[in-house]
Amino acid sequence: MSDLDTFRAELRVWLEENCPKEMRDGLMTEEAICWGGKDWIFTSDAQKDWLDRAAAKGYTVPTWPVEYGGAGLNRDQEKVFHEEMARLNARVPLQSFGIWMLGPALLHFGSHDQKLAYLPPIARGEVRWCQGYSEPGAGSDLANVQTHGEDKGDHWLVNGQKIWTSYADKASQIFALIRTDREAPKHKGISFLLIDMEDPGVETRPIQMISGISPFCETFFTNVKVPKHRIVGEENRGWDVAKYLLTHEREMISGGAGGLAGGGRALGAVLSDTMETLDATLRADAMRCEIDTLAIGLTLERYKDQAEAGQGAGDASAMLKYMGTELNKQRHELMMSAGGSDALEWEGPLGNRAGDWLRTKANSIEGGTSEVMLSIVSRRVLGLPA
Amino acid sequence: MSKLVMTEEETMLADMARGFLDGAAPVSKFREMRDNGKTHDPALWKEMAAMGWAGVLVPEEAGGSDMGFAAANVIAGEMGKTLAVSPFLSTAVIAATALRQVSDARATEALGRIASGEATYALAIDEGIKFNPEGTQLEAAADGNGFRLNGKKQFVVDGALADRLLVLARTENGLTLFDIPADRDGVEWDAAVTIDARDTARFSFENVEATGEDVLGAVDDAMTVLKPAIEAGQAALAAEMAGLSAGAFDMTVGYLKERKQFGVEIGRFQALQHRAAHLWCEIEVTASAILNAGRMLDSDPESASLAVSIAKARATDTAKLAVIEGVQMHGGIGMTDAYDMGFYMKRARVGAEWLGDYSYHAEKVAALRGF
Repeated sequence: MSDLDTFRAELRVWLEENCPKEMRDGLMTEEAICWGGKDWIFTSDAQKDWLDRAAAKGYTVPTWPVEYGGAGLNRDQEKVFHEEMARLNARVPLQSFGIWMLGPALLHFGSHDQKLAYLPPIARGEVRWCQGYSEPGAGSDLANVQTHGEDKGDHWLVNGQKIWTSYADKASQIFALIRTDREAPKHKGISFLLIDMEDPGVETRPIQMISGISPFCETFFTNVKVPKHRIVGEENRGWDVAKYLLTHEREMISGGAGGLAGGGRALGAVLSDTMETLDATLRADAMRCEIDTLAIGLTLERYKDQAEAGQGAGDASAMLKYMGTELNKQRHELMMSAGGSDALEWEGPLGNRAGDWLRTKANSIEGGTSEVMLSIVSRRVLGLPA
Repeated sequence: MSKLVMTEEETMLADMARGFLDGAAPVSKFREMRDNGKTHDPALWKEMAAMGWAGVLVPEEAGGSDMGFAAANVIAGEMGKTLAVSPFLSTAVIAATALRQVSDARATEALGRIASGEATYALAIDEGIKFNPEGTQLEAAADGNGFRLNGKKQFVVDGALADRLLVLARTENGLTLFDIPADRDGVEWDAAVTIDARDTARFSFENVEATGEDVLGAVDDAMTVLKPAIEAGQAALAAEMAGLSAGAFDMTVGYLKERKQFGVEIGRFQALQHRAAHLWCEIEVTASAILNAGRMLDSDPESASLAVSIAKARATDTAKLAVIEGVQMHGGIGMTDAYDMGFYMKRARVGAEWLGDYSYHAEKVAALRGF
């Protein structure tokens, strides 16, 4: 038996013994997600047990190094891990922006002390982070951030406003882009700071969205003191960290948004839950969507394999983000069509299908719009003149 | 676990193929053939055979290079970029894969002749305007110890100059695949040169005698032999179309960078940048499907149908977009015969139909995904 087979066999036994039965429904709805954090209220004992057991093995962040709370899995083992999780239809034990975004950035840019301080609590689901990037005047022109950090020797004094800070009202920490040099060109005067949201100068206000929910917030900073050791990377070089993190955010949105990466149910089967016989036009659209979904799933796999083989595809995230989110929007359009009038109520026979549909419209805006993604591809991949 | 990443060998093969084709079969060579009414270049095929391409799927003991399906796709992809004309798909991919399913001395010998470039094959399968093997009507009626074939075939790719034909026929209890010489008594054909200046032909079979020896595989069980061959052909054709898309795309992006209007390169216009970027994204996604189809055919051929149909459907769609955008972004010059873009468009259209169009493969995907 190869090492990989041994790993699979042991993992299978461990999952059988440790993944609670209630966590084996594969649910990915907002209600089923365990986000963690110091104020997290577990929806069941099973959810708590599953998080604790997975975290103890490093399985909340399987590819992170063991010393930072991960399981240190290589790419082959990671594939096996996802296959075995899918085989059991197991829920992901913990999801968070700490895992998807801050973690990778810290692993790349953080000091050893920062990694030790911040990563294990993320892996255990003890601290929930949110992202302070966009501002009212810095949307697609993200580098135009104005929230200011004034150098006060041992700390920065931060003042300003962020917007679209997802789940800021539920997070206790925020990683934020702060202008620390107003004289420098716009990309060169930004620092990447870690800010404690329990500071009295931080206020958040949820924004009601068209989908009826309020995952996004406005976040205000008034004379917030941020100690100098809470900077990731160098002062005024935060844009490098920001861009690196964005590639992870984009991959997360492209894959996570539609559950596109493997294992997902066939669209036709999903649609058939509502309509006994799909009408011809809808069926044709569903077939096209299914083909594209599978092909984009394969592309996610290919890019991971390439990255592991050291064949860089640096701007791949822009492509995946664009293709994945546009496809996810189509997918939800089809689900609305299949649902007919049953899909039109907020809490109707199909649950909140309309809310989910409306939520997907943000997919091609958040983390960089489709148009920005195309401009990135045009400039960096095709070499077309700006 | 096979990886969705080009191996070192595959990268080397692609580089070598590109170098060879740029010299021996550039688009200008295709233009010359088209202008002279030629649909075959036997000397080029001999050279390809000498490099091991004709025997890419022939076992080494039969004289082949046995590089596998992913490698065949790499070669087909490079041929697509320069629109190289050869019997590669019909002979080296489809016929060789069919013959490989049969392990007798005759098949081994036939494989040897494929690998050496001596024998070329055509697959005579279509009878109507669409690919539909299950609907085959050409009849092979039992006659003594053998059969008599009666019926018609169309869109027989490489049919006019092939030495041998693989003919799908209806027998008493199913479908049977025959492997016969193209000049057997009763076999008549008319050339039907397609818009891409390739050789296809219409065939009629009138009381064509065939013996049990001529049956490839078992009587009434063509698909055991033919299904892997068709899928290998579909994957390689998809690879060719992906290469074609890349070739057309490179031309187009090159043009965006040099053509000036309103005093600037047209590639500065965001309207064109975004369309070109979108096309690149589609090409990237299709490349994954092609690579995956090759990996599946090499590692688990019995379960490759889904991967192959995704690849052919995606390649068809992407090639269509690549040539439509290619012509549009070139403007008027793209519409002229003197410019090469039209060649890509015509080949993309023929490739779209051969071995199953988008709808055919979409239906396959739907069936395999349970709807």
